[in-house]
Amino acid sequence: MLSRVADACYWMSRYIERAENNARIIAVNAQLLLDFENQKTFLPQEQWQPILAVFNARKDYLSLYPEISQEKVLEFFTYDRKNPNSLFSCVEAARENARAIREQISSEMWEQINKIYLYLQGDRSHADFSGGTHDFYRRIIESSHLFQGVTDATMTHGEAWQFIQMGKMIERGDSTSRLVDVKYHLLLPQGEAVGGTVDIVQWKAVLRSCSAMEAYLKLFAGQVQPAYVANFLILDGGFPRSIRFCAHRLNSALHNISGVATNHFANEAERHCGMLRSNLDFTTIQDIIKSGLHEFLDSIQYQLMEISNALTHTYCQWRGNEKTP
Amino acid sequence: MAFGFDGYQTDGFFDESFSEDGISREHYRQLVERFRKMSPEDFERKRKLAERSYLNQGITFTVYNDNQGMERIFPLDLIPRIIPAKEWDVLERGLTQRIQALNLFLRDVYHEQKILKEGIVPAELVLSACHYRKEMEGFDVPHDIYIHICGTDLIRDANGSYLVLEDNGRCPSGVSYLLENRQAMKRVFPKLFAQYSVRPVDSYTQELYAALRHVAPGRQSDPHVVLLTPGIHNSAYFEHSFLARSMGIEIVVGGDLVIERDKVFIKTTKGLQRVDVIYRRIDDDFIDPKVFREDSCIGVPGLFEAYRKGNVTLANAVGTGVADDKAVYSFVPDMIRFYLSEEPILANVPTWMGMREQDLNYMLEHLEEIVVKPTNESGGYGLLIGPQATKAQLAEFRTALRANPRNYIGQPVIGLSRLASYCDGEFEGRHIDLRPYIVSGEKTAIIPGGLTRVALRKNSLVVNSSQGGGSKDTWVCDFEEDKPC
Repeated sequence: MLSRVADACYWMSRYIERAENNARIIAVNAQLLLDFENQKTFLPQEQWQPILAVFNARKDYLSLYPEISQEKVLEFFTYDRKNPNSLFSCVEAARENARAIREQISSEMWEQINKIYLYLQGDRSHADFSGGTHDFYRRIIESSHLFQGVTDATMTHGEAWQFIQMGKMIERGDSTSRLVDVKYHLLLPQGEAVGGTVDIVQWKAVLRSCSAMEAYLKLFAGQVQPAYVANFLILDGGFPRSIRFCAHRLNSALHNISGVATNHFANEAERHCGMLRSNLDFTTIQDIIKSGLHEFLDSIQYQLMEISNALTHTYCQWRGNEKTP
Repeated sequence: MAFGFDGYQTDGFFDESFSEDGISREHYRQLVERFRKMSPEDFERKRKLAERSYLNQGITFTVYNDNQGMERIFPLDLIPRIIPAKEWDVLERGLTQRIQALNLFLRDVYHEQKILKEGIVPAELVLSACHYRKEMEGFDVPHDIYIHICGTDLIRDANGSYLVLEDNGRCPSGVSYLLENRQAMKRVFPKLFAQYSVRPVDSYTQELYAALRHVAPGRQSDPHVVLLTPGIHNSAYFEHSFLARSMGIEIVVGGDLVIERDKVFIKTTKGLQRVDVIYRRIDDDFIDPKVFREDSCIGVPGLFEAYRKGNVTLANAVGTGVADDKAVYSFVPDMIRFYLSEEPILANVPTWMGMREQDLNYMLEHLEEIVVKPTNESGGYGLLIGPQATKAQLAEFRTALRANPRNYIGQPVIGLSRLASYCDGEFEGRHIDLRPYIVSGEKTAIIPGGLTRVALRKNSLVVNSSQGGGSKDTWVCDFEEDKPC
C-alpha cells in the first residue's frame, strides 16, 4: 500500500482513540469533583491542575486564558481549535486523514467519523455540552467505539487495518499511562493518608475512567488498593485498556505487516516494541513502585513515542536510496 | 400558491414537464400525479432525508472564498428529468459522432495538420490556443485516443431542440453526483422506479476502468491504474475519491509518485511499485513542473518525459484543451464533415468569433443582447450575459474584446429549457442543462442520461455548482408505443 495511505490510516486511528481517551480523562476529573463537591478544600486551579499536567498543557493553556477555571479548562480541551489535543481538533484531524484515504476505508467508517465531526460542529453538541458534561463525553466515547466496531466489521483485515490497529494501540497505551498518572498529580486534602478514604475514591475514579471497574473487581474481589489498581491497568494481560495488552497487540500488528516471527525483529519499530513488551511481561508492580510509578509511566510514554517514530520511518517515509524493482 | 402544480407557469420558455397550456407532458404524467398526491410535509421529509444522507456521506464540493465553511452539498432537486429513449438514442448517436471527430482532430493537429492545411479550421486559431501543446507534436498516444472521458454540455432552446454548448475534454467533473443522485432517488422514491422503466447508470465506473486499462502502454496484461488528484482541498476531491473507490484503484497525490529512469512508481510501504496508467484530475499546466508551470507543487517532475517515452499513459491525454477552446468549438461540425464525411447530428449554438472582424463588430454593437465568453475558461467564470449586465460590466468587456478579440466568442442568449423544481415550498420552472459522460476505450460508452444541472436561483441561467446550481437525477425511460408503461 501507499506510504501516505499507511500514514493516514495510522493517524486517523490515533486521533479517534485520542479523542476518546481525552474525553475519558476529562470525565474522570469532572466526576471526582462531584464526589468532593461539598468539600471546599481545593481551589479551582488545584482541581484542574492534574489534567493540565498530564497533557503537558499548562503553558499552552495559560497563553490563551488568564486563569484556571473549570469552564475554561473544559472549553480548552473540548472545542478550542488552538489546542491540538482538544476533542474538536482530534476529530477534525481524524476526519482530514480519513478524507485522504476514503477509497481505502469503508463508507460506514467514513460516515461514522463524519457524523461525529458534524455533531461537534453543530449547535446540538454545544447544547449537550452545556446541559451536562457527563452525557456529552459519554457520547464521544461511544462514537469512538462505534467507529472501532464498524472498522472491525466492515474493513478487510489487511495491511491498512493493521496500521489502524497500531495507531489505536499506541495511543491507548499512552493514554492509559496518562490516566494512571493523573492519580500521581492529584493532591490529597490535608490530613488524608495514602490508602485512606479520599485516596481510594480517587483510584476508583481512575478505574472507572478506563471502563475497568467491573473487570478489576472480578479479579480482586472487591478490594480497591492502589497497588492492585496500578497492577491491573499496567500489567494485566487480558484487559483491553491495560498497557501490557496494548503492547502485545501493537507487537502483533507490527509483525503481521513485516511477516517476521515475533521472537525476531526486522526493523527498529519491532525492536523497540519487543523490548517494551518483554519488559512489561517480566516486571512486577512492586518493582515499578519501588523505582517510582510516575517515572515508569513517563518511560512508557517515551518508548511508545520511539516505536511510533520508528514505524513512521520504516513504512511511511519513502527514502530515495531504495532500489527500484 | 398551494403545494403542487396549480398555477405553474412556463413563462414562454420550453418546459420539459409542461406544455404551454399547463398540461403535463405525456412522459411526465405519472410523475406529476405522484407529486400531486404527496403532502408538503411528506415531500419535505424526503428532501431532508436525501440532504442528510449527502451531508453524512460527505458528498460535497468545496467553495473557495466562502466564509460559511469550505464544504457544501450540491443540492439534489427531487423532481427527475425524464428523457424518452427515442430522444436519447439520437443524442447518443450525435455524441458518439462528435467524440470520434474530436479524437481524430486531436490526432491530426498534433501530427499532419491536414485540417489546418486544407483551411477547414484556421491554423492560427489552433496554434494560438493557450491549450495547444507543442510538446505533443509527433507523439503517438495509445490507440489514438486523446479524450478518454468527455463531458459535453447540452442545452435545449425555446423550440426544445438540443444544442451542444461546449465539449469538456480536459477534466470534466460531476459524474459522481450523477451516480449518487440515482442512489438517493432510489432510496427516496422506490415505487416510482417500478412505474417507469429507467435505464440503469451504474455501469459507468466499470466502463471507465475498462477504458483506462485499454490504453495501458505495451503488452501489459494487468496494468496498474491510479487516479491522480491535486489533493483533499480540491473542489472535486469527493469525486476523485468516489471514482477511485468505485473502481477499486488507488488515489494518489503528486508526492506519492516518483520517476526513475523515465518510469513512474508509487511509494509504498514495501518499496516502489510501477504505475502504467494515470487517470489524472490535474490540468495540463500543473502536471509536470519541469515542462509546464514551474510553480506547480501538485504535479510530478519528469512525468511528461515518462509519458512521451510511452512508459505511462495519461488520461485524458495532454493537449486536449485545444479541442474545447470555445473558438475551436465552433468548427466541430466542420470536423465531423471533414473526418467522418457525415452530417452532424447535433447542432452547435450559433457562435460569433472575436477573431473575425465582421463578427467582432456585431458583438460590439449587440453586446447588451448576447452572451460573451472567454475562450479558455470553464466553470461559468468570466462570462458576460449582456441583458443582465451593468453598464460598467459592458464597458469592461468592450475594452477587453477590442484588446484581445481572439480570446472571446459571442453567442445569442439561449432561453434554456426549464423543468419543474422545488423552490421554497413550491414547484416552479427552473433552467436546466445536461452533461452526458462519454467514455472512449475499446468502444465508445455513454451512460444513459447524464448530469442534469439546474439553476435554482430564480431567472438564473447559470447552472454551475460554484454559482448556486443544483442537480437532478436524469432518467432515460423506455416507453411502449410512446406511452408510459
